Amino acid sequence: MHKNCRVFFTDFLGRLFNTIFIMDRVQGCISEVLARALKLAVGATIQLNPSNRSRGPEDYYQTRSVLNFHEPSLTLTAQVKPNAFVWITQLPLLLLSTTISCSFPANSSFVFVHLSCYFISYRVKNPTSLFSLKTMGYVSSNTKPLLSRKATNEGHAENCPYFDGWKAYDKNPFHPSQNPDGVIQMGLAEHQLCFDLVQEWLVSNPEASICTKEGVDKFRDIALFQDYHGLPAFRNAVAKFMGRVRGDKVKFDPDRIVMSGGATGAHEMITFCLADPGDAFLVPTPYYAGFDRDLCWRTEARLLPVVCHSSNNFKVTRKALEEAYAKAVEANISVKGLLLTNPSNPLGTILDRDTLREAMSFINEKNIHLICDEIYAATVFRQPDFISIAEIIEEDQEYNRNLVHIIYSLSKDMGFPGFRVGIVYSYNDAVVECGRKMSSFGLVSSQTQYLIASMLSDDQFIGKFLLESAGRLATRHNDFTDGLRQVGIKCLNGNAGLFLWMDLRGLLIDSTVEAETALWQMIINDVKLNVSPGSSFHCSEPGWFRVCIANMNEETTKVALARIREFVLRNGNKPNRKEKCGQSDLRLRLSFRRIDDVLRSPCIMSPHSPIPQSPLVRTRT
Amino acid sequence: MLSRKASCNSHGQDSYYFLGWEEYKKNPYDEVKNSSGIIQMGLAENQLSLDLVESWLERNPEATEFTNGGTTFRDIALFQDYHGLPAFKNALAGFMSRIRENKVSFDPDKLVLTAGTTSANEILMFCLAEPGDAFLVPTPYYPGFDRDLKWRTGVEIIPIHRSSSNGFKITESAMEEAFDHAQNQLNRTVKGLLITNPSNPLGTTMTRHELSQIIHFANAKNVHVISDEIYSGTVFDSPSFVSIVDLALQHENSHNGDDLSSRIHMVYSLSKDLGLPGFRAGAIYSNNEAVVSAATKMSSFGLVSSQTQHLLSSMLSDEKFVQKYLSENRTRIKTRKQMLVSGLKDLGIECLNSNAGLFCWVNMRKFLKSNTFEAEMELWRRLIYEVGWNVSPGSSFHCVEPGWFRMCFANMDERTLAVAMRRIGQKEI
Repeated sequence: MHKNCRVFFTDFLGRLFNTIFIMDRVQGCISEVLARALKLAVGATIQLNPSNRSRGPEDYYQTRSVLNFHEPSLTLTAQVKPNAFVWITQLPLLLLSTTISCSFPANSSFVFVHLSCYFISYRVKNPTSLFSLKTMGYVSSNTKPLLSRKATNEGHAENCPYFDGWKAYDKNPFHPSQNPDGVIQMGLAEHQLCFDLVQEWLVSNPEASICTKEGVDKFRDIALFQDYHGLPAFRNAVAKFMGRVRGDKVKFDPDRIVMSGGATGAHEMITFCLADPGDAFLVPTPYYAGFDRDLCWRTEARLLPVVCHSSNNFKVTRKALEEAYAKAVEANISVKGLLLTNPSNPLGTILDRDTLREAMSFINEKNIHLICDEIYAATVFRQPDFISIAEIIEEDQEYNRNLVHIIYSLSKDMGFPGFRVGIVYSYNDAVVECGRKMSSFGLVSSQTQYLIASMLSDDQFIGKFLLESAGRLATRHNDFTDGLRQVGIKCLNGNAGLFLWMDLRGLLIDSTVEAETALWQMIINDVKLNVSPGSSFHCSEPGWFRVCIANMNEETTKVALARIREFVLRNGNKPNRKEKCGQSDLRLRLSFRRIDDVLRSPCIMSPHSPIPQSPLVRTRT
Repeated sequence: MLSRKASCNSHGQDSYYFLGWEEYKKNPYDEVKNSSGIIQMGLAENQLSLDLVESWLERNPEATEFTNGGTTFRDIALFQDYHGLPAFKNALAGFMSRIRENKVSFDPDKLVLTAGTTSANEILMFCLAEPGDAFLVPTPYYPGFDRDLKWRTGVEIIPIHRSSSNGFKITESAMEEAFDHAQNQLNRTVKGLLITNPSNPLGTTMTRHELSQIIHFANAKNVHVISDEIYSGTVFDSPSFVSIVDLALQHENSHNGDDLSSRIHMVYSLSKDLGLPGFRAGAIYSNNEAVVSAATKMSSFGLVSSQTQHLLSSMLSDEKFVQKYLSENRTRIKTRKQMLVSGLKDLGIECLNSNAGLFCWVNMRKFLKSNTFEAEMELWRRLIYEVGWNVSPGSSFHCVEPGWFRMCFANMDERTLAVAMRRIGQKEI
């Protein structure tokens, strides 16, 4: 911070230490008009430079739609006269996706930086962000910010309600005897149903650990092993396991197994391999909230939503893919690929053969990559069977397999998120080679590789584990959906995953994200269940919630169901305001939302949320 | 079809440093099976004290046992908080203090766990620099930095040249020169300076004077300092190890108002000091809250396995073991280093005076046909193919003087080192 220069920040109402500024609200993005106005008013020259692109300001303004998408690397440089005002509109968009740097002349005695926005629903009063702007070298005397944009922007996407819910849980966690009124954690996609089986296996296989008396003679070799190819036994076992999980219909080549630090690291690695800064991947909504961090934060790639709807059970249609692609082309964005999550998180559904084939022909036609996140492959608990993209390309040799990359992990299927076993399986030799070199940035501990290798090579155990796991998930799933059905709550018909996609649209006051947020807060605060709202998964329709069901025991499940039942009965008498809305009105809102969906930043903020304090303690769920 | 990063060469793995490893893999020495094979002297591994770790494991089965009680394995397997296991961070902070003879204390809350220092260094680059910005790094430096610091971040390394004329000490003028070169000729924003202390490949620790100069420089230029201290537990001889983190705090106390310590960041790992590179236990230590917070979030891309954290937290909390390990390890390194130095001396080959590290910085200039890097490469080829030594040439460390080689001595047993010494005695080079 410049020593002689005071910088004041104002919030969206223009309040600055009790001073009120009245601002014109500028709709859309920072416009040329605003830039001109600023120049006239205070002599400010505003330059908008998306870095890593040699595009001049004029050029930038003409392609306004660029700002419509998540823009990770926008730098706004404002050189202003002494004692000037700087208006920065679209604060949420900027704050969540970019860092703003301003340089001021040395003789400034004060500068007002006005942060304004036009969607009230964004979290605009984000003290952390303001604080971070101030303290992280937002303004420094020699115009050189102390930290990087990545370190100071919100690309980690942690300040979203998906994670806010966890804080509510952390403050007041449920315990059957010690805290029976606490919040039940249903926002965590963990698989805790089969640990007894693993435990049993460990007891009978002490030599699998290099730290037991039986295994210690392996300690030296394993502790020193740091080859980024991974232990051969580990790669073989993982390849075999991947085949097994897919019903042994396809074989996986151990030489294509590339290690990375969990699926988080795997997604980032594949993005680094495939995309340059500014390039984009299409991703069907709703999608896992962490993708914004995993694929975009450090790589400066971006995600473009392929909007899916409940009317056809969120099917990924060719039409939706083409629309999203066309939109990107129109905005002059280079699309590098399509990212599919199969089975889907948060939907709990699997992609059918037609959809997969359609996706394959789509990417072949456009000559773009397909990243298939199959980390929930083994959680498919009833018919129809899971179909891996690997199967599709085996069946039809016409497809260009060089474009296909599978992401895998043992966090969900085995329930070992702490072990950070992530895998990139690519059919492209160059990606395998490059990925291996990148895996140095997140290798799996050799101690863990060794244990996993022994465990996954035990055919008998794996057979039993997979069978038991599917059976237990099915039971839990049935218990839950039955319980919800009794009180008239429907869920999307799913057959995989560790969660339900619950339809509470009927309980919304109107079909807006604000109403969804209000309902979600009621569920957190009154019902004391931490579920995750659809908006945090970029869902285009308000009123859906993801409910995790495999991270608790049966007793807790019963308590959770009883609470939901009570809540619905209590609120059941209230008029359903949604039906009161005129149809045309509703449609209008929905279409508005859809534009908004593209426009908005990674997460929609609730204006009532507490101050964020790094709530994401888990890397992935 | 792929990204520029995927198709470019800046992963740095085509360097001779790594090529030597490839050669070694084709024809590895084995006392019985392949007695004429290549001896791996290019790998800075510490195998000297692993027996102590093994016997600790045998004595402490409960430390890692998942087989009793029924809850431990579940808790550990599910643990994915990127703040790390508190017990592990406490133990690691304690271990780091212990290495510095408890003269400095470390706050576990300022530690960020990463999957090895490879990822720690990259995370710091992502936090401190924009693509195109520069970091100054004194030569000779670890070849992996080209990958770790530059590849995916787009950061540039600008060398600060050091030479044998003053024992490879860093000088103010060299720092100024590098800074000027970056800023004015290359038009790069210099964001900081990265030092390796103790140095890989020199095996020396930085003097107080050098460190003060660096602090002065960093203050004047308003830049960061990253201190890579992964060899701090290997200091086996005087002068004792001084960390810039400690010195910066002292400086700050005497110069009120400087916010120096918020620009000093340390990188640490258990790969060298404890000899466990496979476990990928790395860490960043910073007094800058914003860096700690951003780096913690970035650590999601490469966390330390919870199973490994669990094991290490019990091991490092055993004070008695740690103390014994550290002193025994130092003694063994010292003995081994002397064996190499005196063996070379008998052949008339000098090493840089060193007091740390798992290697010697060997002066072979007199064997060069000319004072060029071509001659150095020629000598390197003879060493690998004729003598059967995989040593690393100075050029791979970006050394500006031809004829220096790094020889690792702690990744083999004594007999193998003796064989290596015998070989050079028998060959004309």
